Amino acid sequence: MAEKRSLGKEFSKGIIKENPVLRLVLGTCPTLAVSVSVTNSIGMGVAATLVLVCSNVVISLLRKVIPSKIRIPAYIVVIASFVTIVQMLVKAFVPALNDALGVYLPLIVVNCIILGRAEAFAGKNSVPASFLDGLGMGIGFTFALIVMATVREILGAGTFLEGIDSLTKLFGVTGFTGFKIFSQPVAMLTMAPGGFLVFGLVMAAANKLAERQGKPKAELNGCSACPMAASCALVNKDEACENKGSGSVEKEGSAV
Amino acid sequence: MTLASIFLTAILTENFILCKFLGICPFLGVSKKLNTAVGMSTAVIFVMALATAVTYPINKYLLEKNGLEYLQTIVFILVIAALVQFVEIVLKKFIPSLYSALGIYLPLITTNCAVLGVVLLNVDNGYGFASSMVNSVGGGVGFMVAMIMFAGVRERLEGCDIPKALKGLPITLVAAALVSLSFQGFAGVVDGIFGH
Repeated sequence: MAEKRSLGKEFSKGIIKENPVLRLVLGTCPTLAVSVSVTNSIGMGVAATLVLVCSNVVISLLRKVIPSKIRIPAYIVVIASFVTIVQMLVKAFVPALNDALGVYLPLIVVNCIILGRAEAFAGKNSVPASFLDGLGMGIGFTFALIVMATVREILGAGTFLEGIDSLTKLFGVTGFTGFKIFSQPVAMLTMAPGGFLVFGLVMAAANKLAERQGKPKAELNGCSACPMAASCALVNKDEACENKGSGSVEKEGSAV
Repeated sequence: MTLASIFLTAILTENFILCKFLGICPFLGVSKKLNTAVGMSTAVIFVMALATAVTYPINKYLLEKNGLEYLQTIVFILVIAALVQFVEIVLKKFIPSLYSALGIYLPLITTNCAVLGVVLLNVDNGYGFASSMVNSVGGGVGFMVAMIMFAGVRERLEGCDIPKALKGLPITLVAAALVSLSFQGFAGVVDGIFGH
């Protein structure tokens, strides 16, 4: 992230090119859990984006004050504070969403995207750039969630935008409660296995598209993109990591 | 629910990885080799049990007593982060053999959503101390079962001829879907055993 980029690029990179879910493979837990319905995905995406933008801005403001040795705990405090605020807002204004997201709402604290952006970007860049980076990454996260949820909700539940009125009534629009598309859906897709399956297939499609544009496909950056990578002995020992930068899975497999 | 049924539910029907999607990062990142999978899951069981033992009294006697439940998220994550650091230092100093086995996994566990998740779920379910501990250890054991099973599946995947777009992560996720599907078969088993 050392090279200078225009502010517009900082914003737009998170949406497609460096999509946090489909390209950087971060934040998989909430993606799999929440993408059961489009309404939940929008709610989760907006909540996470809010936390991401606010924490990015605050961390960027404090980047010269926070000593680098204790930066991770300091980032966690900032992020956890904003998560608590968002949690209270959701509980007060959209209780249905609070029930639907359940434990995944407070778990935004440990969403790797947020800590990852704090560590990789906000801790080193100016406030406007961090704001746009957070916004772009948040929109990218929401976009990936909506793509997965669209597949899972239409095929798995036979509905689309079910329960959206719990969100739209915040803006004074009521009455629209989603489409009913068909009545005998593949229920498996809304359950746990469907999450893994659809995520795998969506990622394969994203790889195919990236390949067509001559970009490298998304690899399991589970370790190298992880915010804890610097302090993590696993990465340094290069023992369990799937991939460090360029090496592909097969190459590593044969080398072992 | 009896303690035994909470334990079995946490392992089989409500498996943290395969049914609740908590702790997917280590599940995908560290399950490639059997020995790292075992090391990581042992560390997770250890930290989950410890985190529950420490956060339960904090929640019960400090937060709930003073009406500060809304601070749960921030307090729990800080306690877990401090706890993991503390355990790391203590192990390094006093039990180097255990440190060399688990130490490298500990920093990763701070941001593992399974640990914060189990603590929050214990509160949400209104479990007492014994139930919380059993649920945490069961959740950790379930994590281990899933990791070990999946490490085996991934070893078999290595030699397969896979379509190019699916290579790497996508096929791993599809394999995880099949393992998860097999765990759906446990639905109702625990209720069947304990008669609910």
